[in-house]
Amino acid sequence: MRRLALVLWVGAASLLVVIARAYGADPSLEDALRGLTSEDERAVDESAARIVASPNASSALPALEALCDERLRASPDGSLFYTDEKGQVRRAITGAVAAAPADAKAVEMNNALRRVVLPLVARLRLGSPDVNVRLAAASELAKRGGADGAPLLRAAFEREKDRGVRDAIAVALARMDLSSAERATKLEALEVLRKLGDGSLKADLAPLAQDSDAAVRGAALAALGSIEGRERVVSLVGDLVHGVSLASVLLFAALGLAITFGLMGVINMAHGEMLMIGAYTTYCVQLLFEKYAPGAFGAYLFVAVPLAFAVTTFVGIGLERAVIRHLYGRQLETLLATWGISLILIQTVRLVFGAQNVSVANPQWLAGGVEVAHGLVLPYSRIAVVVFVVVVALAVWALLSHTKLGLLVRAVTQNRAMAACLGVPTSRVDMWIFGLGCGIAGLGGVALSQLGNVGPELGQGYIIDSFMVVVLGGVGRLAGSVAAALGLGIINKLLEPFAGAVLGKIAILLLVILFIQRRPQGLFALKGRVET
Amino acid sequence: MGKTIVALAFCAALAALPGCEKNETKPAEPAASASGAAAAAPAPAKTDTGGPIKVGILHSLSGTMAISETSLKDVALMAIDEINAAGGVLGRKIEPIVVDPASNWPLFAEKARDLIQNQKVAVTFGCWTSVSRKSVLPVFEELNGLLFYPVQYEGEESSFNVFYTGAAPNQQAIPAVEYLMSKEGGGAKRFVLLGTDYVYPRTTNKILRYFLHSKGITDDDIMEKYTPFGHSDYQTIVAEMKKFSGGKRTAIISTINGDSNVPFYKELGNQGIKAEDPPVVAFSVGEEELRGIDTKPLVGHLAAWNYFMSIDNAENKSFIAKWRAYVKSKGLAGGDKRVTNDPMEATYIGIQMWAHAVEQAHSTDVDAVRQAVGYQKVKAPSGFEIQMDAANHHLHKPVFIGEIKSDGQFKVVWKTPGPIRAQAWSPFIPESAKKVADWTYPWACGNCTEPKFSPGGGVLAKAP
Repeated sequence: MRRLALVLWVGAASLLVVIARAYGADPSLEDALRGLTSEDERAVDESAARIVASPNASSALPALEALCDERLRASPDGSLFYTDEKGQVRRAITGAVAAAPADAKAVEMNNALRRVVLPLVARLRLGSPDVNVRLAAASELAKRGGADGAPLLRAAFEREKDRGVRDAIAVALARMDLSSAERATKLEALEVLRKLGDGSLKADLAPLAQDSDAAVRGAALAALGSIEGRERVVSLVGDLVHGVSLASVLLFAALGLAITFGLMGVINMAHGEMLMIGAYTTYCVQLLFEKYAPGAFGAYLFVAVPLAFAVTTFVGIGLERAVIRHLYGRQLETLLATWGISLILIQTVRLVFGAQNVSVANPQWLAGGVEVAHGLVLPYSRIAVVVFVVVVALAVWALLSHTKLGLLVRAVTQNRAMAACLGVPTSRVDMWIFGLGCGIAGLGGVALSQLGNVGPELGQGYIIDSFMVVVLGGVGRLAGSVAAALGLGIINKLLEPFAGAVLGKIAILLLVILFIQRRPQGLFALKGRVET
Repeated sequence: MGKTIVALAFCAALAALPGCEKNETKPAEPAASASGAAAAAPAPAKTDTGGPIKVGILHSLSGTMAISETSLKDVALMAIDEINAAGGVLGRKIEPIVVDPASNWPLFAEKARDLIQNQKVAVTFGCWTSVSRKSVLPVFEELNGLLFYPVQYEGEESSFNVFYTGAAPNQQAIPAVEYLMSKEGGGAKRFVLLGTDYVYPRTTNKILRYFLHSKGITDDDIMEKYTPFGHSDYQTIVAEMKKFSGGKRTAIISTINGDSNVPFYKELGNQGIKAEDPPVVAFSVGEEELRGIDTKPLVGHLAAWNYFMSIDNAENKSFIAKWRAYVKSKGLAGGDKRVTNDPMEATYIGIQMWAHAVEQAHSTDVDAVRQAVGYQKVKAPSGFEIQMDAANHHLHKPVFIGEIKSDGQFKVVWKTPGPIRAQAWSPFIPESAKKVADWTYPWACGNCTEPKFSPGGGVLAKAP
């Protein structure tokens, strides 16, 4: 019944178009836009074709972009409205500022429609003044554009000045030319793809590699070979980059522990919970920004970083004063006590925030990534974490080696009795340094909240890895922790493509065990006679 | 797998035999007396006492699965409250006994034994992961308990003592893959099977691989990958998936379970994998899981379920309204952000079916209730009247495929015209295709290739 009604509706609409043509009027673009939202596939395709054919197609662009972002609304009488970037409601096509009727409904988007609309938007965007927009449009057309877009692309290629965009358009054109009947065109296209093609073209090239024409076959094989060569380089570089990124996460989780366990010798099983508290602080700051300063939402991390540091330092100092200082030198008891504290902290958080994970949104400037090569995207959030951990590690190093507190800390860790004799307030130094270790874990929590889950059990997933990094690096050595994190991260990522994530993890554990067997003191051993 | 379990249960039942002689067990039907496990074990609940009927709720309230299972406990208590408010069952109130197996699989079995033997519950509603179900299964079979299991799972099982109110693979995974291969689903030619490393994803992917083979897709076009529970670094896998696609239409089928989904989807968003190509279809991501995720980068990715909160009909409206009112009156954590999802609907249906069956059987005796649960019908929030299959103990369910919207809800893009019957044993796995799950006469077994009884009344085969 519904289908019949649709067919009738489409029929009526096309009749109207015919009438409009007969009277010399431009077929309404808005009508075609409406057609896109139809549930009938053919009507959608027809409407898309009509928009492409229209000489004023570009006036439909803002509405189409709005459709992709679900900012387009339709009133019951069929007129379309969109909300532009500034929140201004405008009429589709004309762009005139208008008030949408209250009963206007948001036009829903789905994947089938996206597959029609995105190439359409890409075509219209080829004329954009922004280089990046043109580049994205050309890549989209290279992936999905139909052959009928060729003249448009050729025109764009002629007037294009930016090299990157020219290359992308050349690839899109070459892909269309692969199915050309002309042998010369085909060979030319293959040559272009050999130079510029990427992995997404392999499926198009595969049939040509079995072509009956030897020249075409050879060119196709050459193109495939050069594409695969590029892919190998990209994936090796990718593994290294991913390794560094994993290392930064490991280091963040372990850096605080390198201080509390490494320097002070406290087996702090509640270390993971400091990460968790840091992450929950980020969550709370985010909530406050959402509520009281939605305009400055992007800046919430800058508040979350010092606050998370302060909160976890405070918790750490409290912990040290209340429990840990009574247990110095009794490692097993410390282990049990901190394990109990970790359970208490987890359950407390669960009672306050619920057992569910909470959602920490990336600020806009951390979403997405930069595409270094085809298939290798560096997400901004990962880059930020790497930079952040480098800064924090340098700060910790500077603190330990260039400040008075650092001097006292090193004195206490190397020889507590002697330091005390010389008048160092060992108890207070312990308190501050434990607080610092926890505070750094809190910073780690802020970083982790940008990458993964924030839930009561967040810390549990990192505690083993943290101990592994510290032990492997050599207890008491910051540089060791850095080297161990880097080594573990990169080896893990190099293994993962061959062995899979599960086996990779097992292999890493085995390697660590073997290494510790050979070198129980870790990568960087403390020299001298003090640490016994 | 199923064979071992039945064998185990049988051994356990044999061991229990001598101790059972003084129990007066009344076999309710030939099938029951035929199954050694069922007839030999004591009936846990008596019918003639006037006190409240005890009902077990066996869901993890702490540990990794607390995230998903807590809301099942809540909705079960809501359903029980609702039944009690309407006068209870057989004029008696239902008393829920909530225990916390703490995401610890062996503890599930201990708690189940405690519920049946010491608490004498008439029925238990519980479990989420397949590994927890496999852990309690021998206990329920040994003690002749009754379990309602509310979560979609990998199939390849049918127990006399379990009613499965979640989906079997043919009610979720197979239709989803068929949709992805269709034109409107994007016409996928290559498939990435990505899952967490345990029994549910591995078995589901095995079935899917056989299914894809039957559709002419070769192993070259299938990539299978597993990650450990709680994995949080998906950089390499996402990069590999991009490379694997190589320009062919690719779809990603995710059986990632638990909170690994957040880093996975975040990585997809950051690496620019768009929903229109290739889409990810997930079998373990629902409204509740999306609550912990920033959904903007996920818009358009798919999930296949038998119920979505966004389904528009009177039953669902009243279900959601009841849930909202319950959350508010009990002051549950999460407050007005709490959502309903598929396993919650399945729990709700299961409790209603059990209550109806008790009324019909005039007894809480497990054997009598089991007879009555088959053929029970409930107007479900999914908008269909759905029925319990007396033969294989699975629910007939409709299938919906939804696209994730920016508000964390799903927009239904495809659905079956009506409920479809579960296939406990997958016809696509050669060794399972022959097996029959049928607890009615003359089959009376969940895992055999020949009926146990001849139509003349004699016993054909020994118990499996």
